[in-house]
Amino acid sequence: MTSLPDTSAAGQKKLGLVIDLDTCVGCQACAVSCKEWNDQGMSAPLSDRDPHGADPLGVWLNRVHGYEAGEGAEAQGVYFPRSCLHCEDAACVTVCPTGASYKRAEDGIVLVDPDTCIGCKLCSWACPYGAREYDQDQGVMKKCTLCVDRIYNDNLQPEDRVPACVKACPTGARHFGDLGDPDSAVSRLVDEREGYGLLPELGYKPVNKYLPPRRRDAAAAPPSLASLAGEGDGLTERFFRWADRVLSR
Amino acid sequence: MHPAYSVILFTSLSGAGYGLLGLLGLTAGTTTSLPGPGTLIAAFLLAFLLITGGLLASTFHLGHPERAWRALSQWRSSWLSREGVLALATYPPALIFAWLAITDHDGGLLRVLGLVTAFLCAITVVATAMIYASLATIRQWHQPLVVPVYLAFALASGATLLLGFAVLGGQMQPGHLILAGGTLVLALLLKTLYWRAIDQEPLDLDMGKATGLGHLGRVRQWEGAHTAENFVQQEMGYRIGRRHAGKLRRLITFGLALALLCVLLTAVLPGSLGAFGVLLALAFTLAATLVERWLFFAEAQHVVTLYYGAERA
Amino acid sequence: MAEPRVETSLKSWDEVKSTTCYMCACRCGIQVHLKDGQVRHIEGNRDHPVNKGVLCGKGSAGIQQHLSPARLTQPLRRVGPRGAGQFEPISWDEALATASGWLAEIRASDPRKLAFFTGRDQSQALTGWWAQQFGTPNFAAHGGFCSVNMAAAGLYTFGGSFWEFGEPDWEHTRLFLLFGVAEDHSSNPIKIGLGKLKARGAKVVSINPVRSGYSAIADEWVGIRPGTDGLLVGALIHELLRAGKVDLDYLQRHSDAAWLLIQDPGGAEDGLIARNEAGEPLVRHRSTGALLPAKEAGDEAALHGACTLADGRKAIPSFQLLVERFLDEAYSPERVAEACSVPAETIRRLAAEIARAAFEEAIELDIPWTDSQGRRHEKTRGRPVALHAMRGISAHSNGFQTCRLLHLLQLLIGSIDVPGGFLYKPPYPKPPPPGIKPAGKPGQVEPGKPLPGPPLGFVTGPEDLLVDVDGQPQRIDKAFSWEAPLAAHGLMQRVIANAAQRDPYGIDLLFLYMANMSWNSAVNVPDTIAHLTATDPDSGDYVIPRIIYSDAYASEMVAYTDLILPDTTYLERWDCISLLDRPISDAEGAADAIRQPVVAPDRDVRPFQDVLLDLGARLGLPGMTREDGTPRFPGGYSDYIVNHERAPGVGPLAGFRGEDGEAKGKGTPHPRQLERYIEQGCFWRSELAPEERYYRFANQAYLDWAVSHGFLPKAEPITLRLYCEPLQRFRLAGQGHGPLLPPERERARLTRYFDPLPFWYQPLEEEAIGDAAAYPLHAVTQRPMAMYHSWGSQNAWLRQIHGWNRLYMARARAEDQELADGDWVALESPHGRIVVQIAVMEGVNPDTVWTWNAIGKRSGAWNLAPDAPEARKGFLLNHLIGELLPEREGGYRYAASDPITGQAAWYDLRVRLSRASPEEAAAAQSQPQFATLPQPPGSADRSRLRQGPAGANHKPDRGTA
Ligand SMILES: Nc1nc2c(c(=O)[nH]1)N[C@H]1C(S)=C(S)[C@@H](COP(=O)(O)OP(=O)(O)OC[C@H]3O[C@@H](n4cnc5c(=O)[nH]c(N)nc54)[C@H](O)[C@@H]3O)O[C@H]1N2
Ligand SMILES: Nc1nc2c(c(=O)[nH]1)N[C@H]1C(S)=C(S)[C@@H](COP(=O)(O)OP(=O)(O)OC[C@H]3O[C@@H](n4cnc5c(=O)[nH]c(N)nc54)[C@H](O)[C@@H]3O)O[C@H]1N2
Ligand code: SF4
Ligand code: SF4
Ligand code: SF4
Ligand code: SF4
Ligand code: SF4
Ligand SMILES: [Mo]
Repeated sequence: MTSLPDTSAAGQKKLGLVIDLDTCVGCQACAVSCKEWNDQGMSAPLSDRDPHGADPLGVWLNRVHGYEAGEGAEAQGVYFPRSCLHCEDAACVTVCPTGASYKRAEDGIVLVDPDTCIGCKLCSWACPYGAREYDQDQGVMKKCTLCVDRIYNDNLQPEDRVPACVKACPTGARHFGDLGDPDSAVSRLVDEREGYGLLPELGYKPVNKYLPPRRRDAAAAPPSLASLAGEGDGLTERFFRWADRVLSR
Repeated sequence: MHPAYSVILFTSLSGAGYGLLGLLGLTAGTTTSLPGPGTLIAAFLLAFLLITGGLLASTFHLGHPERAWRALSQWRSSWLSREGVLALATYPPALIFAWLAITDHDGGLLRVLGLVTAFLCAITVVATAMIYASLATIRQWHQPLVVPVYLAFALASGATLLLGFAVLGGQMQPGHLILAGGTLVLALLLKTLYWRAIDQEPLDLDMGKATGLGHLGRVRQWEGAHTAENFVQQEMGYRIGRRHAGKLRRLITFGLALALLCVLLTAVLPGSLGAFGVLLALAFTLAATLVERWLFFAEAQHVVTLYYGAERA
Repeated sequence: MAEPRVETSLKSWDEVKSTTCYMCACRCGIQVHLKDGQVRHIEGNRDHPVNKGVLCGKGSAGIQQHLSPARLTQPLRRVGPRGAGQFEPISWDEALATASGWLAEIRASDPRKLAFFTGRDQSQALTGWWAQQFGTPNFAAHGGFCSVNMAAAGLYTFGGSFWEFGEPDWEHTRLFLLFGVAEDHSSNPIKIGLGKLKARGAKVVSINPVRSGYSAIADEWVGIRPGTDGLLVGALIHELLRAGKVDLDYLQRHSDAAWLLIQDPGGAEDGLIARNEAGEPLVRHRSTGALLPAKEAGDEAALHGACTLADGRKAIPSFQLLVERFLDEAYSPERVAEACSVPAETIRRLAAEIARAAFEEAIELDIPWTDSQGRRHEKTRGRPVALHAMRGISAHSNGFQTCRLLHLLQLLIGSIDVPGGFLYKPPYPKPPPPGIKPAGKPGQVEPGKPLPGPPLGFVTGPEDLLVDVDGQPQRIDKAFSWEAPLAAHGLMQRVIANAAQRDPYGIDLLFLYMANMSWNSAVNVPDTIAHLTATDPDSGDYVIPRIIYSDAYASEMVAYTDLILPDTTYLERWDCISLLDRPISDAEGAADAIRQPVVAPDRDVRPFQDVLLDLGARLGLPGMTREDGTPRFPGGYSDYIVNHERAPGVGPLAGFRGEDGEAKGKGTPHPRQLERYIEQGCFWRSELAPEERYYRFANQAYLDWAVSHGFLPKAEPITLRLYCEPLQRFRLAGQGHGPLLPPERERARLTRYFDPLPFWYQPLEEEAIGDAAAYPLHAVTQRPMAMYHSWGSQNAWLRQIHGWNRLYMARARAEDQELADGDWVALESPHGRIVVQIAVMEGVNPDTVWTWNAIGKRSGAWNLAPDAPEARKGFLLNHLIGELLPEREGGYRYAASDPITGQAAWYDLRVRLSRASPEEAAAAQSQPQFATLPQPPGSADRSRLRQGPAGANHKPDRGTA
């Protein structure tokens, strides 16, 4: 199923994540909860090699980087979670020789079929975002499934039918929803906060969006406080004169 | 990009095989000067060996080689799949062509099958090259010159092989010399142009663009996502230093130049000395191709490295 | 071709059990999913008051902790020399017989010879009580090296504290100031709260030398120089006073601002609060000038002006002293700017922003309430400025006073327990300070008898100290002595060194629980190791003759133990998160919780609490044995949790009490209590009505509620304290007054530091070094959010994130020293030298270097490969921190800790940094390296990843179309 489904139709469901870089504190909760869920869900296991040794090497579907933008004290710290963006023009899918990689027509989720993947790794080369991690022990490619085994899972409480990383995120920096629906909460967030997709120049058209850090403007700062009025006396006298006035009101 | 030895071996060997096979086809299609049956048998055998060996080698790096057949299914979109399909599609006409050629069949069918084989060889090599050239994620691969370079190297190694068979079979003709010399020059020229192109092309992606945070100032990674390495870093993070790249490029240039020199020597040297020259030419061509392939990977920088701390890509 | 069909309704578990996470001390509610009785995965409990469904990275990695190959598997007895890590397995019978034999001997002769200290433990209500029953005063938990400065400063000021006893009003605050917090105990609640502030667009300011984590998303980062927050806050107070931006009504009504202080320089009562015969504080009536008890003056008490007391001595209100101190130019922004490396204009702007939020953006909630004087307020007024602080303040030797300064700021703008401000968590507020006094005075420790009170408490004057007539400390850690009078949590960091030096006396048995004292909680690792193995030159015996330790894992401390009592993991036992301990309440309700065993241990291990009760019964400790000598809690800890009563009707759990299980807070034990907890998701919560939620120090409805729950003895208003009279009592002692006088050498310290009004002083280590240029850099640590102290490194997942640490420094500073990211450097303090690898960043105060805490591991520990990066590249700053300050006049070396509380001053550390030698750089290893520890017998194979049934063989059913 290497050809991409036509997702241009209006109303086409495009499920994805919206990640608020203004709120993410880099706690790694999303990364570990993702590891945990997917180590036992449909992607299980996410192998870990040499787990207690000198060179551990594990498969994770979500990673959180720490960046700084700017220089010196003016620099801004930004944490940056990175997982599959479920691109509309997902070359990771079209390069796949076996059809193991595919994008679901019904909701746009990009998946790998572990039963047909030959582990050629070409899709990981085609992904600009580093979202595909090869499982050496299993010999197949793994990637974020958008928790397709949670979001439609009848065995979970309705409010828990969200990706594991979204449920876990303590700051609420991760939002899940239909970005194909312009009125969805996530689409509105993207509009309000000028959400953006990564590397538009490459043309992958990621569905996931990032909300940029808010502008920190010092402009709204109030003027420095004025000293209490009153000439001649020391500050303490002025203060208590003011205090008396206030208290005898 | 991490140089995967099986892929390097595959593209170099099968490239030589397709070069040789294709040139045999082309010779049959356009001339009447195929070498004699003994030499031909050896040449075809080697060509099929190289092609098949290369194809097999390419499955070594698969996680599930037993499922390799599945790779034939997605020819509509995937160059890897197309390559597989084309590689397989090349066998029937090529085998018949080889049979006809060896059995000294002379006529239209041989000619047509020769041309068909040559064409299939060429587009198989093109498909191989397109696997790389189609990846927008790697600037050094996403390049108009990648396909010509692959073709030229396939031709050069094929032509050198052909020259070798001709010399060893005592059936050398000036055409063989010109072909080997010419394709070596072509390979060297195209590769040099390629290097110039990738060196001149601006590194216009940086961490600021990758993260979309560039408007806030220069972006640097201060804390990696994890201290342990991961697959993406191992596979995509490999990048050879500028100095080493320069050295290796000179090595490739030097190798091709030496191969060319040996080809020229073959022309002027008599008998067994000529054979020695052509063997040297072959060795140099193959070595240069292997290093070229290795460097093709090692020099390539994947966009994803930007997320892992690379300044530019 | 059709898409493969995926099974989207996988059910990979067959059972879900609630319990409480213990991957850190935050204590979130979790739901453990099990398949065939094995842990499969863990999710946050959406109903739980702490985490509301979210789960941090550590919490999600619980399965790897639970199945860790570093788990201890059986009781062990040391066979080789201490520290060599050689053990033989023994049975529990033998282990318990040995331990109770040792303990019985001590109890019969001198109970002080037992030092019982517990670390990350959450059952202090049990362990403290056990120590009391045993009769030793030598008990404490980790608070002394952790955050006693925060706890004590808050409890002595407003009867609550930043440290877990309160939280910002996340719903209403407009300006949030976060001082020195990287992660904190309220890991998830703080993150949930920050998320709320962000969603509302409230302003977050982080004051921190490092811009990471919470500071990275702050709207403003103030990259302060470590140890100088007191100056910054003093200057903010200066600015607010200068402009008259203080809430006088609030101070009038709820604080001691008007209380009169005796002004009798040189007199024995100078600076004490003037009181009438009934002991009530006196104030001066503003218009009549009459001196009368504070509660009678109402709002008419004068806030300034001297007066004469009946006995002729002068007196002034405490507020006057305060105003005079902080209006002084010494606290002007210009004067402090350079020292704290915050520009004066930033300080002025911050003050203006505080004033604007507090006074111009004051909020009023439509919640009527009635104060304790019977006045009804139609609205609840709030000052939406909230502060929070933790170890960045606490871990300095000026931390107590600095924290008091923060509270002063809060009080002055009237933002404690008001909408938008800092809110108490029940059972707080308590009267400042709470009325419990430490037991263990001379004569209170008797062979074979329990202590007459708990070992820890709150002293209010020299008469409460645990010292003898010569001023000698009675406790092994010297808590509640002249050296650390307000050591409310004890001084765990001093125990090993003091015991090894028999100062103040030798002990027979060191009994530790859940504390990695030979490694990351050692102030100075090489010295601590030497102390643990020190032998008596005469007898050749160990100076600390016996060490018993309960750990669940093969930590660095295990090797230094004579008898190991292996504990279960947190998913295999009962635990009680009690209101008698560190509560999990939130501002809107009281809450407590339990852990239930969700799986049975598969090794020969026992829950430590069961073991402790068993030992108690074997020793015949009164609370743990019946009249007939049989164990009082034969069912172990769960039996104790349900049936133990601390006071009539008050037990470890406040929920589901009484005959029918409906009583809240107080009630007779309810036999089905644990089942009720389990039915509810393993927690209980009693929510406050809106009118009970604010001004709780003077909110009648709340005070009645608190009494009904057993949190307060009487429904009386609580006065907030600008002025800390207990400190003045110590200061007077330092000046030679009072019946109990300190040894001569303590006097200057008491006089200088025990100022009842907070002030800033230079951190002691810095002062002692003298020449700042010799050690120009500050060195601090931060908690990584995805790692918990030492115990996370055994976790196959977490160690991939933090497998080793580097030393972060400012890029500009590195460039000045011609250093680049990844270079190896030598870091030297007056106490030691380490070799580490650097990383550069922008967001760090240029005079500061820092690293993640407790990532470095000793080779061989935690069942990691000996060449694991944790050991070979990771490092601890602890090797550089001195236990003692350099010699003072008279040759005495004080502990490097806060002179008031004894809090370990980890972040006072000063260092210099230079390029490592070429050999060191080439070795690419951190230094020092310690000998590799062997695996304890019974350790699991580390090369295999222990997964649940989720492991490699699991392949969910899937269909293909
Ligand atoms: N440089 C520097 N040093 C510091 C600090 C710092 O900021 N900088 N912080 C200090 C502070 S605040 C603290 S609180 C200390 C913390 O230091 P420690 O109290 O030593 O904390 P941990 O490293 O968590 O180790 C606790 C021990 O408990 C064991 N354990 C874990 N789970 C269980 C269990 O279920 N049962 C039992 N019986 N044992 C268990 C672990 O295996 C480990 O050996 O570190 C202090 N050290
Ligand atoms: N994930 C995780 N959570 C934990 C722990 C853990 O190990 N891991 N440990 C738990 C324990 S025991 C504790 S005590 C708490 C501690 O929780 P925190 O109080 O958050 O402790 P630290 O990480 O030590 O953070 C101290 C912060 O203060 C800053 N700082 C240092 N000196 C100064 C100063 O002079 N002024 C100011 N303004 N800032 C300063 C440091 O840069 C750092 O950001 O966390 C608890 N929670
Ligand atoms: S992020 Fe990468 S893996 Fe995911 S759809 Fe886009 S290209 Fe494919
Ligand atoms: S690794 Fe698997 S999914 Fe990726 S391209 Fe190859 S066959 Fe397709
Ligand atoms: S959506 Fe699921 S699979 Fe994707 S990153 Fe989040 S937790 Fe991982
Ligand atoms: S869980 Fe949320 S806050 Fe934490 S790193 Fe992930 S996105 Fe950021
Ligand atoms: S903060 Fe994380 S580790 Fe700590 S109790 Fe909560 S979920 Fe567990
Ligand atoms: Mo702590």
